[in-house]
Amino acid sequence: MRRLHIPSPFAVLPWKLLIVVTALTGFGLLILYSSAAGALTWALPQGIRFVVFLGMAIVMSFFRSQFYKEWAFLAYGGVLVLLMLVEAMGAMGGGAQRWLDLGPIRIQPSELMKPAVVIAVARFYDMLPARELTRWTAVWPALVLIGFPAALVMLQPDLGTAIAVTTGGATIMFLAGLPMRYFVGAGAAVAVTIPIAYNFVLHEYQRHRIAIFLDPEADPLGTGYHITQSKIAIGSGGLTGNGFLQGTQSHFAFLPEPHTDFIFATMAEEWGMLGGLFIIFCFAMILKWGLGVALDSRGKFEKLTAAGLTMTIFFYVAINMMMVMGLAPVVGIPLPLVSYGGSAMMTVMICLGVLMSIDRQNRLDPRRGNGD
Amino acid sequence: MKWPKIAPVNESAQAAMFSRRSVMVGAGWGGVGALLAGRMGYIAIAENQRYREAAEENRVQMRLIPPRRGWIVDRHGHPMAVNRSDFRVDLIPDRLEDPDRVIAELTRLLGLSPEDVQRIRQGLEAAAGFQPVPVAEHLSFEKFAAVSLRLPELPGVSPLRAFSRYYPEGAAVGHLIGYVGTPNRDEYEEEDRNPLLIAPGFKIGKEGLEQVMEQRLRGVPGAARVEVTARGRLVRELRTLPDRSGPPLHTTIDAGLQSFAARRLGDESGSCVVIECATGNILCLASMPAYDPNAFTDGIGRSEWAMFAEDERKPLLNKALNALYPPGSTIKPANSLALLAAGIDPEERVNCPGGYQLGNRFFQCLGRHGPMTMHTAIARSCNTYFYAMGRRVGFDRIAPVWRELGLGERFELPVVSQSYGTVPDSAWKQRRYDRNPKAFYRRDWTESDTLNASIGQGYVILNPLQLATYAACIAAGKRVRPRLIAGEGPDPGPLPYSPDQFQTVRHGMWEVVNGAGTAGRSRLPFPDIEMCGKTGTAQVRNLGASSSRGQGGEWRYRDHGLFVFFAPYDRPLYAGACVIEHGMGGSRAAAPVVKDVLTYLFDKDKAMAALLPLEQQWGGNIAERMQRRAEAWAARGSAPGGGEAEGA
Repeated sequence: MRRLHIPSPFAVLPWKLLIVVTALTGFGLLILYSSAAGALTWALPQGIRFVVFLGMAIVMSFFRSQFYKEWAFLAYGGVLVLLMLVEAMGAMGGGAQRWLDLGPIRIQPSELMKPAVVIAVARFYDMLPARELTRWTAVWPALVLIGFPAALVMLQPDLGTAIAVTTGGATIMFLAGLPMRYFVGAGAAVAVTIPIAYNFVLHEYQRHRIAIFLDPEADPLGTGYHITQSKIAIGSGGLTGNGFLQGTQSHFAFLPEPHTDFIFATMAEEWGMLGGLFIIFCFAMILKWGLGVALDSRGKFEKLTAAGLTMTIFFYVAINMMMVMGLAPVVGIPLPLVSYGGSAMMTVMICLGVLMSIDRQNRLDPRRGNGD
Repeated sequence: MKWPKIAPVNESAQAAMFSRRSVMVGAGWGGVGALLAGRMGYIAIAENQRYREAAEENRVQMRLIPPRRGWIVDRHGHPMAVNRSDFRVDLIPDRLEDPDRVIAELTRLLGLSPEDVQRIRQGLEAAAGFQPVPVAEHLSFEKFAAVSLRLPELPGVSPLRAFSRYYPEGAAVGHLIGYVGTPNRDEYEEEDRNPLLIAPGFKIGKEGLEQVMEQRLRGVPGAARVEVTARGRLVRELRTLPDRSGPPLHTTIDAGLQSFAARRLGDESGSCVVIECATGNILCLASMPAYDPNAFTDGIGRSEWAMFAEDERKPLLNKALNALYPPGSTIKPANSLALLAAGIDPEERVNCPGGYQLGNRFFQCLGRHGPMTMHTAIARSCNTYFYAMGRRVGFDRIAPVWRELGLGERFELPVVSQSYGTVPDSAWKQRRYDRNPKAFYRRDWTESDTLNASIGQGYVILNPLQLATYAACIAAGKRVRPRLIAGEGPDPGPLPYSPDQFQTVRHGMWEVVNGAGTAGRSRLPFPDIEMCGKTGTAQVRNLGASSSRGQGGEWRYRDHGLFVFFAPYDRPLYAGACVIEHGMGGSRAAAPVVKDVLTYLFDKDKAMAALLPLEQQWGGNIAERMQRRAEAWAARGSAPGGGEAEGA
């Protein structure tokens, strides 16, 4: 490969990734413009936000991964304190709260917890010698690191984020090399627990919700309405869509949340299957790049962190798209980089910032190309 | 621990395991990605048609455009019911999200009264889904615009530019034409849930011609394919099929005459019917007091309804069709025709000593008339003559003649209901006795039954339209039947009596007004036009010989005054009947009204000149007097609290 003579700080930026991320967000801005009926109401703040968070991610990429490794537990502890603070304030204010108001910015600690858990659990397995992996000491600290924040988020109550936090941590445990039987066993336990819980533990209304999730059209005026209208929007788009600014489902307010959680449906109505494949392709590129970074890494911390953060991004994308297509329940999870809103974008940019930092280290590694 | 021992892991094995498991995770992601792409393809490509239709169903609605109702016009094309452009606001219950907030907002914007709010709330409770509940009509453009502007925050509110019905003649045509109103649930179900009936602003005929001629007046609704948002806001019209308004309904009524007659009836409770002799066309079918159909069309409150329902002059009853009276002496011309047909010589004299002795019972006459021929008996309304002759012929030979003349008949007319009364005979009495023996002394027809029926009392009850029809038959010498719609209904047919026989009867009626008769004061003010008629006084209750005979005292016990007539004498054009309830006598109450009504047909100015001083004396025209009465009613303070929508 012929090397261009570019100043090295720029040359080592993962340009392919940045182009994909920018293209995806740019497409998102077009959709936001359309869902505001041809106005910049949402597209403009979202664009500004993107520039700010992308700058933040690039700055993060210039820190060495050693930095994140050293600060992993402290960052985790800090976010945990914030999370407890939110909880306490919610309890005092007499209502559930997810935000911390810090003057001009509002911080949602549960969002920050997603990358924080990944980094902390990765740090734990980084410190753990390989021979310890089969022992109980390899399991319980990770479970505590994951379970405590997950339980706090659950209290908010925010089931979606709790599952996201758990999934990120569990992915690290899996990739760290814990015996496979643990995961098979846990899976089996869950499979047995669910029907028991459904029949004996859950309240009538909770069972009703699950029933509606399984068959949304049974409740056409409630939750099912969201799913039904979303499927109509996606389905009526066909292969090439109805054209930019031509979606009636979103513009005539049949589709709920057309610029946040259901933005994929808004897009699909106007851009069709091709637009959907474009978004799926872009995310596939990002995930592939993230997994590549993990596989290229030398250090255990870097490997696990990179894979776990990529998993965090994947979780957003997969759950959101499954939700709008009627494959998952309606939980408030946005489509990162595309949906309007700062929290998810910030989380994803933190993930990308750390990933780029690891990537940069991999490329600067003198042993690179010599094989492991 | 019975689990097989797990081999310890070293660092390089761990790294290899990481790579292996990463690939597994990556494969899982790829699988999910493929699943999503496949799912999207299934929804967007395979089921595209279905969802495309669903999206279309969401956004495109068919909206009915209510047709404009056909006008109702009189014989000269003068409008009696028209449509006026109108701004209105309705509520669509199914789209309403927060009724309390919306009603409060509308109350602020439109200045609704508490009674309006009550009516709207009750309407919402009774309404079926998409059936609109009227909020306000006849709005100014400013108020209409104020609501239209705030529409995005007022889901379920439907402002509309529509047409409302207007009756220029007001109360004068109330009973005849009826009124229109928002269809109720029963009417909606009855028409198989015709969606037109729940279109905002659509109204259906509720009484009179408006109800009977509903399907003819309605017209054909148009349809608009419109794009709407989820909240029902109109985005644009895609295609419109225009409505076709209903054809005008040509009636036989003379609106001017109808209005004049209604005004001339004044504060009396009564009716006046005028028929064109040559055709049977009804020129005037006035019944007073009446409701103002304009007020009823907007829907009226409960207290207003109570005012009408409790009024002893019965403004809700069409007295020309649905009130029955003993005809009294007005029946004597019909009896005269029957006597002639039975072979009685009209010159034969009957002596009147002031009554007629039947067994041990003495039947009263109004005076000691001395020797009477048929002519003088009609002119002076001698009961004795008709007692004697009726008894000689027998009532079973008189009743068929009555029926030929339309008495007791249910006419083929486009009216909501007619009370057709009773023309009794022996067969009738036996039938009724078998059904209810307690109502009669005995089963067979007695001679005293004949005597009572001969002077229009006893079992006889008839409505004013029948009396008018019978007068027209006498005047025309033909079997005339009333008609209300131009060009529709039976043409006059022959009657089995000779012109001489008719002429004898008509001459007797001439004498009543123009000679030594009972209605001499009601001659027409024209030298060459002579009115003929017959007065009648119907007892409201049998008071016995010593009492005041219903000529005074409490209003509701006074005798009814009746008058049947035709004019002019030499070539009859118009015939009719007038009944003034508790008017105490035909010559006193009914004949003067008829005199002015007929005057109107020949000289409008002269008639108006007679009417205006009277109206001044009564305290204004119909609308002014109704207004004053409504205010007096409201001021009584006994109006029941709360206003329930009724008759709307």
